[in-house]
Amino acid sequence: MTTTPDLAAPRASYDRKKVTRSNYELYGWIFMRASGVVLLVLIFGHLFVNLMVGDGVHAIDFAFVGGKWTSPFWQVWDLLMLWLAMIHGTNGVRTIINDYAERDGTRLVLKLALYAAFTVVVVLGTLVIFTFDPCPAGSPAELLPSICFD
Amino acid sequence: MPSAPAGTLYRGREGMWSWVAHRVTGVLIFFFLLVHVLDTALVRVSPEAYNAVIGTYQTPVMGLGELGLVAAIVFHAFNGIRIIVVDFWAKGPKYQRVMLWVVIGLFVVTMAGFAPRHLMNVFGGGH
Repeated sequence: MTTTPDLAAPRASYDRKKVTRSNYELYGWIFMRASGVVLLVLIFGHLFVNLMVGDGVHAIDFAFVGGKWTSPFWQVWDLLMLWLAMIHGTNGVRTIINDYAERDGTRLVLKLALYAAFTVVVVLGTLVIFTFDPCPAGSPAELLPSICFD
Repeated sequence: MPSAPAGTLYRGREGMWSWVAHRVTGVLIFFFLLVHVLDTALVRVSPEAYNAVIGTYQTPVMGLGELGLVAAIVFHAFNGIRIIVVDFWAKGPKYQRVMLWVVIGLFVVTMAGFAPRHLMNVFGGGH
């Protein structure tokens, strides 16, 4: 028998745009990869300078941080690291919440807490980098970076 | 929401376990980042406040914690590169297993460079 099966014509042609509401998740996916590469450089540099050079973690104190942040180079470095790491990390945790929290209410509460933490930490961190005073008046001289006495 | 599906999608081996490790290290790093921005923000309070809190980071117990943190970061970083290569290189999925062993090799080399230096700083003389 060589009869052709009688197939009904499809109601509508395949149109991918109809099901894809936005490219939000695509941009998130690209951001994770792009920011990840930049963060590798920023964080490895951060760890090398703060933990490997000199006395490592023992050398970190107010004078050390103050000395670093008198340089715009380290201000921009740390600002970029703060923003990229917080967006990268928040998006990662958002994905994990979406994967494991099955109830709508649970997902909502967890994500609201996540976005609140993101906002507080990013705003606070940004303000600290730009309003930081390396030589606060009335502080003991031995705690301050050397640039306060030039 | 549907409940747990019958059977499992988890396949084990290098592919699944590297994915699990990437999630676990990512969450650990994220929570440390939240704390780390808050402790650094103390420079805005006073030199004394910052030095008091950062001093607790220089104890032996915290020193071991920092070793674990750096290990988590190094794995997450190298495995992240592997994920990018799997996504964008046509032969990436075919070589994802061998690339995990490359990641582990690079991890061991990096930690061999960092761990002795850091442990000397933490447990060495002085301070």
